[in-house]
This record gives sequence, C-alpha cells and structure tokens, in this order.
Amino acid sequence: MKKIMTGNYAAAYGAKACRAEVVAAYPITPQTSIVEKLASFVANNEMDAEYIKVESEHSAMAACIGASASGCRAYTATSGQGLALMHEMLHWAAGARLPVVMANVGRAMAPPWSVWADQGDSIAQRDTGWIQIYCENNQEVFDTTIQMYKICEKVGLPGMLVLDAFILSHTSEAVEIYAQDKIDKFLPKYSPKYKLDTAETHAFGGLTTPEWYYELRYKIQSAFDDAEKEIENVGKDFGKTFGRKYGLIDEYRCDDIDTLLVMSGSIASTGKEVIDKLKDKGEKIGLARIRSFRPFPKQKIRNLAKKVSKIIVVDRNISFGSGGVFFSEIKSSLYHESIDVPVYSFIAGLGGRDITMNDIKGMIRKSDGKPKDIIWWGLK
Amino acid sequence: MFKTNKDMPPSAISLGNMSHNKTGSWRNFRPVIDESKCVKCFICWKFCPENSIEIENDMPKINYDYCKGCGICANECPKNAIRMVEE
Repeated sequence: MKKIMTGNYAAAYGAKACRAEVVAAYPITPQTSIVEKLASFVANNEMDAEYIKVESEHSAMAACIGASASGCRAYTATSGQGLALMHEMLHWAAGARLPVVMANVGRAMAPPWSVWADQGDSIAQRDTGWIQIYCENNQEVFDTTIQMYKICEKVGLPGMLVLDAFILSHTSEAVEIYAQDKIDKFLPKYSPKYKLDTAETHAFGGLTTPEWYYELRYKIQSAFDDAEKEIENVGKDFGKTFGRKYGLIDEYRCDDIDTLLVMSGSIASTGKEVIDKLKDKGEKIGLARIRSFRPFPKQKIRNLAKKVSKIIVVDRNISFGSGGVFFSEIKSSLYHESIDVPVYSFIAGLGGRDITMNDIKGMIRKSDGKPKDIIWWGLK
Repeated sequence: MFKTNKDMPPSAISLGNMSHNKTGSWRNFRPVIDESKCVKCFICWKFCPENSIEIENDMPKINYDYCKGCGICANECPKNAIRMVEE
C-alpha cells in the first residue's frame, strides 16, 4: 500500500512495522513528529509498545539501553543538540553491544541556533560505535529502519539512520508500506543470547580491567567488519523480498565513467538529475551515494576509484581543522592501494543552504587542475 | 578466565558469578589479624564493604581472594588487632 507521508512519518511507520517494543524519546525540532506519531500509534493501540516519556535525550537513550538489555526491540529518534546530549549513552549502547535503532534527523549544530539540514550532528558521533546509514528519500527511511534492525541484531551493534532536516523530515512523498506478515517474516522477533532475565542471571557492563578491555574493543571492530557484509546481504535480501535493493553504496550510472561524483543524503537526488543531464551530453560521469558511513565502505570506494581519473566529493559537514569528512575518509581509503586519483573536496549546504543542480554543475566544472584540501562553495 | 577473545562474550557480561573475578589481586596492603588480641566483637566483619571477612570457628577470617585491602577493618578494630602489611 502506498501512502503520502513525510520522512518523519516514514520513520515512525518504520518503527511500527518493526514492532518496536519500547519507544523512549524526547521531542526536538525537526524530529518531533516522529515521536508524536509513535505516541499516537501507542495511544490508539495500533502499536503494542511501551512508550516512555523521559526528561532528556540522555535519558531516552538510557531507557532504550535498559529495554534492549532486557531483550526488547528498542527505538528512539532525535536530532542535532539532542543527539549531542545522548553522546555518553551512545558509547554505552555500542559498548554493551545492544541493537538499539534510532532515527536522527540531521540538523546543524548550534551556535548559531539553526534547525536546518547539516550532517554535523551525526558525523560528530562517528567514533561512538554506531552503524550510520544516510538516507536519500522517505521510502529509504522506511526501508532502512527494517534493514537496520536486521543488521544490528545480527552483528550486535546499535544503528542510526540519518534523514536530512526538512528536506526529508517535513517533505511528503509516496512511501510504500509493505504487508505486515512479509515484514514479520523478514524481521522475526528479537531474541538475544544474553539478556536481563531473572531465570538466567548475568551482570552487565561490569568493571573490566586492562586485561580484557582491549579484546572487547577488538570485538566491536570485528562486528563492524561483519556489518559491512551484512549491510550488503540484508540490502540484497530486502530487494528480493520487497523489490528495492540496497547496499553500502548506491552506484548511479557508474558504468564507463572517468569522473565520479560522491555524495550522501538527500543532495544525491539532485546529483542524480545532474548526472542524467550530463550523460545525455555524452559526459562520462557517475554518482556514488555513500549510504553507510560507519562501517565505511573502503574496498568499494577503491574499486570505484580505480575506474576513474577524477573524484569529486561534496560534504554537507566539516571537521574543523581538517575538512570535509567523507572527503578525508575517501582519500585515506585510497592510500594503501596507491590509487593516485585527484580528489576534489567541496563543502556545501551547511546549515541547510540549498544545493541546486547549478551548484553541482558548477562544482564539476571547477574540479580541474591541482586539487585543494577544501573548496568552499558559494561563500559570500 | 578466558584464553583468547574468542572465548569472551561480546561485551562485559558476567558468565556465571564472581568466582572467576578475584578482586583480591587489586590489593596493595593485606590485613592480618592477630588472634591473640582479637576479642571476637566482629566489628571488622560488620564493616567490611566487600563481605570479605567470614566467621570461622568463632574467629573472623579474611578471604584474600576478594579482600581489596581497603583497611577499614584495621581502622575500626577497637583492639588494634589488625595490621596492614604491604604485599
């Protein structure tokens, strides 16, 4: 069944379709309508879940951690400053290896106060041990929620899906909601090996001396290696079951190309339009939309880079003192295989500034000669 | 406890009980009871924050597998019957 809905409603319908058993969330613009919708699902008995009202995002994540440790499927949603307030608990969820799933509506960090699209909030959480998948449209928000639980529960990691503020969160699109029995079959009930259970007692999160902490860190990294495979496997299975295939990278018209444009999130939709126009004129350019930022698909990037003589990266984020984050990670992926391709870095769209087709065409034209570490696009 | 990371659970989860986690290894000073001075008031037993003092044959006895050597027993003993000896 297709319904017209915003990205936020697609996230809420996604959590409902996954039969999340505990929802703990705190409202924040522009995420609020996700938790409002979930609250109404629970209030109207459309969703069999415990809805926990909390006093902060830190507590929301803490409640999800407790719920997940007890063997429940836990869900939350947040944005911007709310995600920053969760920071400590993000480490807890990952370190405890709990498959909590959250939607983060990507919003610019304050100050100055802003509510518009920017990846600065989620990128800042990259080292907390969460899987991060960036969505392009509302259908993908719904679909990724289902995939995310399956991936996270398989590898034992928490997962964050990111949708751009307003561009997706408050824009209505057609979203196909699949039959519930098909979703239930694809995503069976969560059943962890270890959980808080009075019949079989364990202590969780105890002090770990230098003797074994190191090994537990190794195991988290191993889980990310597994996640890299699972994102591909689950994305393929999802395609077989529901007709829409996903993976680490969405490669758009990447056959026979000499230039690769790399983007993430909703700007890739605009990017695809540009690619279509340029392809019509005979230009050999394709687009790689990076879905999975953590784990970072290094090998896939290398394989693509080997096919081209130029890479153009558009970052809607900046790591101050360094540069565009996707740019940096792409470049570092190339080093080990000595792939000497010029990589152009554009910082664009911070704080929700529009990135138009003309902007993207302009960036492609500007990508010539010796690359610089940062090109600020449209700086006034 | 474990041989390699492969034997471990995915996170810090106790597999069973504290029998394998001997916190006595943290100790720098060990409490030693002079039984000739002990009046069997068992104040040390009451105050031990780690339940590491047991009563055996009507005498307090320190369980060195778990005693972290905090010294509270020695401090509380009204007869100064407990000495803290460097490990």
